[in-house]
Amino acid sequence: MTQDTHDSRTDGRRQFLKCMAWAGAGTLWLMKSGVLHAHPLGDATPAIKDAAFSFVQISDSHIGFHRAPNPDVAGTLRRSLALINAQKTRPTFLLHTGDLTHLSKPEEFDTLAGLMQEARVSRRFYVPGEHDVIGDNGAEFFRRFGEKQHDGGWYSFDQDGVHFVGLINVLHLKAGGLGSLGTDQLAWLKRDLAGLSSETPVVVFAHMPLWSLYPQWGWGTDDSAQAMSYLRRFGSVTVLNGHIHQIQQKVEGTITFYTARSTAYPQPAPGDGPGPGPLQSVKPDALHRYLGIRDVRHVQAGGALAVTDEELS
Amino acid sequence: MSAISRIGYVLSIAMVLSGVARSGLAANAVPPKAKAYEIAIQNFAFAPKTLTVPTGTRVMWTNRDEEPHVITSAGAQFVSSKALDSGDTYTVTFSKPGTYAYYCSIHPMMVGTIIVQ
Repeated sequence: MTQDTHDSRTDGRRQFLKCMAWAGAGTLWLMKSGVLHAHPLGDATPAIKDAAFSFVQISDSHIGFHRAPNPDVAGTLRRSLALINAQKTRPTFLLHTGDLTHLSKPEEFDTLAGLMQEARVSRRFYVPGEHDVIGDNGAEFFRRFGEKQHDGGWYSFDQDGVHFVGLINVLHLKAGGLGSLGTDQLAWLKRDLAGLSSETPVVVFAHMPLWSLYPQWGWGTDDSAQAMSYLRRFGSVTVLNGHIHQIQQKVEGTITFYTARSTAYPQPAPGDGPGPGPLQSVKPDALHRYLGIRDVRHVQAGGALAVTDEELS
Repeated sequence: MSAISRIGYVLSIAMVLSGVARSGLAANAVPPKAKAYEIAIQNFAFAPKTLTVPTGTRVMWTNRDEEPHVITSAGAQFVSSKALDSGDTYTVTFSKPGTYAYYCSIHPMMVGTIIVQ
């Protein structure tokens, strides 16, 4: 499978370190004067003294996945959490934007829940990915990880003057369609935002991209434009998603869209290859093209986390 | 020693039996009636996307992706599969003529049709 011609005895370890290069990834978000600034975890420690608070986003842990290119998704998630714990200032909360598990199995949820306890944060927030709702429309997910504010699973909360909204876009999907919010959730969102002044910074998070990132591969949400129409009046809106296992960004007026990397495995860039799915035989010298990793040789040598080429803030 | 020889004995019996079964099949020039039509799930698509089969045949999906998929009938005309992990299969017998649209409930852009005649 691998085309490496080096000593095969070291392949297992090299493969694992490759995993560590692109997994173990999370994003530290700093709220400064109502605007979010992103810093990839493992990067140089950002200046946080003028931040009101910070939180960390991780995504797509896929507990239960055990194939190439990452046979140890629990290990790479654990590495992510260790990076969070290594921050000098403790993040206010941890946000997981879905696909906690690979197959929605109880034992996978158990493992995820146990690992997440290792993160030294006071609160953890979750939204489900499509992998978390297989067979039961998310009943098990919501029982374990839901905020239980509304029957549909969506919720909102405030942190230091910032309004956070967690949306569900992986349920009741229609044949031929993309992610879906549905009329009930959209009506709630409109009501939820109605009382806020336009100066309120808003952060919206959901698993699937809330913009048409690459609909041919299902990377979008059918009715996200409706949701955005409610958000356009706000001066600072940040939309955080997972699902595609890579960083993509887009700015649309006052709305900034951002997708996170996976803690488990990368997926191809939009349209690169026949379809999405795990990039199984990523070669070290090609990783940076897919993943924004600057120096993979360094990763091979020392096992340190590579940093992305992206200037995020 | 005796345990090993017993295992060897059981294995040889099993091999003889499977050999009999195989030669029995090979003797039939015509495939047995119960042969399933196969649909591959590959690269987030069904292949073939449209399949026409005679009434009463079995259709078997095989997931050849590294991603799980869920076979779901549009309009609940047949029972949905569980999550199919890599290599898993799902079989449905179509006993009534008709057009059966289906999709993957977790990747709904994946759609397919089975026409039963």
